[in-house]
Amino acid sequence: MSSEQGSLAGATIPGANGSSNGHHSHKRETVDAVTIRFAGDSGDGMQLAGTQFTNTSALAGNDIATFPDFPAEIRAPAGTLAGVSGFQVHFSASDIHTPGDDLDALIVMNPAALKTNLKDLRAGGILIVNTDNFGVSDLDKARYKISPLEDGSLKGYRVVRVPVAKLTRESVAEYKLSPKEADRCKNFFALGLVYWLYERSTEVTLKWIREKFAKNPQYVNANTAALKAGYNYGETVELLPVQYQVAKAKISPGTYRKITGNEAAVLGLVAAAHIAKKTLVYGSYPITPASGILEGLAELRRFGVKTFQAEDEIAAIGVAIGASYGGAIGITGTSGPGVCLKSEAINLAVMTELPLVIVNVQRGGPSTGLPTKTEQSDLLQAMFGRNGDSPVAIVAPQSPVDCFDMAMEAVRIATQFMCPIFYLSDGYIANGSEPWKLPEIAKLPKLDVKNATEPNSNGWGGPGHETGDEEAKGAGKATFLPYKRDEFLARPWAIPGTPGLEHRIGGIEKQDVTGNINYEPANHEHMTHTRAKKIENIALTIPDLEVTGDQDAELLLVGWGGTYGSITTAVDRVRKRGLKVAQVHFRYLNPMPKNTEAVLKRFKKILVPELNSGQLTWLLRAKYLAPCQAMSKVQGKPFLVSEIEAAIEKMLK
Amino acid sequence: MAASVSLPTLKPDDFKTDQEVRWCPGCGDYSILAQMKKALASLGLPREKIAFVSGIGCSSRFPYYMNTYGFHTIHGRAPTFATGLRLANPELQVWVVTGDGDGLSIGGNHLVHALRRNVDIKVLLFNNEIYGLTKGQYSPASRLGTSSKTSPGGSFETPVKPLSLALAAEATFVARTIDLDVQHMVGILQKAAAHKGSAFVEIYQNCKIFNDGVFEYATDKSVKSDNLLYLEHGKPMIFGKDKNRGIRLNGIKPEVVEIGKDCQIDDLLTHDESNEDATLAYLLSRFAHDTDKDAVKPFPEPVGVYRNVRKPTYEEMLDGRIGDAIAKKGKGKIEDLFKAEDVWTVTE
Repeated sequence: MSSEQGSLAGATIPGANGSSNGHHSHKRETVDAVTIRFAGDSGDGMQLAGTQFTNTSALAGNDIATFPDFPAEIRAPAGTLAGVSGFQVHFSASDIHTPGDDLDALIVMNPAALKTNLKDLRAGGILIVNTDNFGVSDLDKARYKISPLEDGSLKGYRVVRVPVAKLTRESVAEYKLSPKEADRCKNFFALGLVYWLYERSTEVTLKWIREKFAKNPQYVNANTAALKAGYNYGETVELLPVQYQVAKAKISPGTYRKITGNEAAVLGLVAAAHIAKKTLVYGSYPITPASGILEGLAELRRFGVKTFQAEDEIAAIGVAIGASYGGAIGITGTSGPGVCLKSEAINLAVMTELPLVIVNVQRGGPSTGLPTKTEQSDLLQAMFGRNGDSPVAIVAPQSPVDCFDMAMEAVRIATQFMCPIFYLSDGYIANGSEPWKLPEIAKLPKLDVKNATEPNSNGWGGPGHETGDEEAKGAGKATFLPYKRDEFLARPWAIPGTPGLEHRIGGIEKQDVTGNINYEPANHEHMTHTRAKKIENIALTIPDLEVTGDQDAELLLVGWGGTYGSITTAVDRVRKRGLKVAQVHFRYLNPMPKNTEAVLKRFKKILVPELNSGQLTWLLRAKYLAPCQAMSKVQGKPFLVSEIEAAIEKMLK
Repeated sequence: MAASVSLPTLKPDDFKTDQEVRWCPGCGDYSILAQMKKALASLGLPREKIAFVSGIGCSSRFPYYMNTYGFHTIHGRAPTFATGLRLANPELQVWVVTGDGDGLSIGGNHLVHALRRNVDIKVLLFNNEIYGLTKGQYSPASRLGTSSKTSPGGSFETPVKPLSLALAAEATFVARTIDLDVQHMVGILQKAAAHKGSAFVEIYQNCKIFNDGVFEYATDKSVKSDNLLYLEHGKPMIFGKDKNRGIRLNGIKPEVVEIGKDCQIDDLLTHDESNEDATLAYLLSRFAHDTDKDAVKPFPEPVGVYRNVRKPTYEEMLDGRIGDAIAKKGKGKIEDLFKAEDVWTVTE
């Protein structure tokens, strides 16, 4: 898009609402990908507008990626900078991995939204401004001394001034709404206008409006009118001389839906429990950004899912561990502050060797930190944040869609290895969305969970079961030995209620094989090593790291979890520019894949972008003496692709 | 007629494990362990259908000594693990063994919420009014003035009344018994086992080492009948060596009266453990020997079942919700798990 269109800045707006009787022919331009953001007050319905635009674009066949960004306060004082809520959508005719860096279009509903979001709009980008909210007090709340609409500061953008509030009120006038109710339709007017701009059908949203407000016909009528008025306004008024088309993406055949990371986690956990033929028990205490999983699971009772909203974080994990002891798939979900409270109970699961999935949807820390913002800073907490030598398995999904696969994988590892496992998601992929190809049921991983049904020994005479000799010394009486291990060192899972297998477990150190309380020095050392070795054995069942990009590159990019999209896009771009770069991405953090050391040794330089102050870098350096360099960002925001591109270029200078 | 199914006949000794019991000689816990074995043997439940869950403390070693399923968990949190166990496995009879430190201090929150939810667990609170396993610090149940390593000069914190707390938390079964009153304890444990819903039983338990004799007024044969009121459902509240004293309600205040002198038997309160309204039970839970003993007419401490009402359990209600959801939309199949309202199909 060329910059001369910037001359639109300052154009005057006709006040009429689509009163034109002539047909305007607009120029059409086809583009590969577009990034837009709706921004307004927390009460302006921007999340809804963004979600609707996303659904429509997904159904139109684009690849999509979204980034909702909202304040921790439910309703900060109206019109203030603190109360700005935004929803970013990247939609494309080709494969995309991120919600986009710079905005092609920004829709702002008030001065505060303009002030906090303008820096992300690219030069020459489209800026749609609701001019009705630019009064003296609105400007004051946003700390503007002079209106940015009048001081020439928006010169570099294609500014489209629309009296959204006024036009919305006019469009819904006949439905007898209160002024407040009429104002609530503003987001649909704005959405309608954006639909026109990108040649999108309004049908998906019209259907949603009909269903959502089925009980209030006047809301159906009013929102429908506002949406159509916005669309027609674009069609009629010559403020926007160009319409943009984004063609369908070439994606592999199949049935798709749009899904967020938390939604995918819900489905993955339920699918895993279903395949394992187990009851899913999810103990959780409401916490941002993990609550969506508790809410999502509560909706799935007809699948036999049992959710438990506990009195606190500790009770939540207690219920999950108790459920696992009782033979269910016990899962607890939280964010960082909740994990702090659960640490002691996690260690009980380490010690009693019970399956347990701990979902941590990470957010900015420490303490309450940034509740609604993303961060990856709980990796070392998951690795080490407990008393004693306490190995806990860790997986981390790399994208919203991957949350499904890794949730299933977490259940698989927990049940196969009789161990607690962290599932480290983050606010970015948990709330972000992308298209998800519905899996074929037959191709889902098999989860063959075995429970002990009969005694596993003829008695036992002492430790040293590894050799197998001692068991022969037993007294000949059929006995159940709760800590007799399989080839991976996992112990049997005997469910209370099973006759003949009555046994006692607890957090006190125990003798291997029998599980009896034992304080002997050599036994404790043996058990400490055994617990560690068992977790290491998980590596025998997970895929190797796959090096993508240039195999002979000097530089390796290493990432983990939710930064996959940004890193991958950056690597693609610099490689297209001729730079040689290789990439690996960790979805398994403990244990790491078997070939980790071999891969790291192949590269001269290693750059590790992570949304913390260098936690994976620290681990890799400590464990493999690899020359890793951290690329750290801790702003509560995901990486921009351009930031990583710049870091790569600097490394290769 | 179908052949009669024979219930397993178990003797108290069948509940013994091969683990050496490690409580101090003379500890009240030994008696509780013995009475529990007797009570369980009388139930006709097979051992595998019973689980003991405990927290941390002397009392919490209990599961290791019961040849059932057992889970020795972390400090104060036993009710949470027991709740999870019941959610996963509603066929089990689940007992929680806790103490006054474990259950009332670090785990107070969980106790309140488990009782409020009416989870079908039986909570036994061994109350010795002291921290034993950490060697003699005062507990939230210690009487005012209790001198301990951490309360030199005497404790000045108002103690928790466990039964008042349980009743305030809407517990549906609330009872008190005493370690040395073995017959009474077996009866209470049997009733707790038979109750559907949360049961809370406070057991006065003597700590020989750090708080010896704190319940002597309730165990010494020469004084105990003057100091205790044995609650019996449907019976007037009478106590005393000569069975000549009783409890009468004067307005909203209970008072101790002498039968024949102050009133007739018919004027006394009649105990109704099935009363939906827990107000009277709460009044009874306020009677406390240590604060009342110097009164002209001191109140006795009531033992027995304070409250025993049937309400839907958490598990029953959750299963009901699951049933409703299935009735409304059908039992969930994995095929329709992934479908959403808005799906689209991409073809070659």
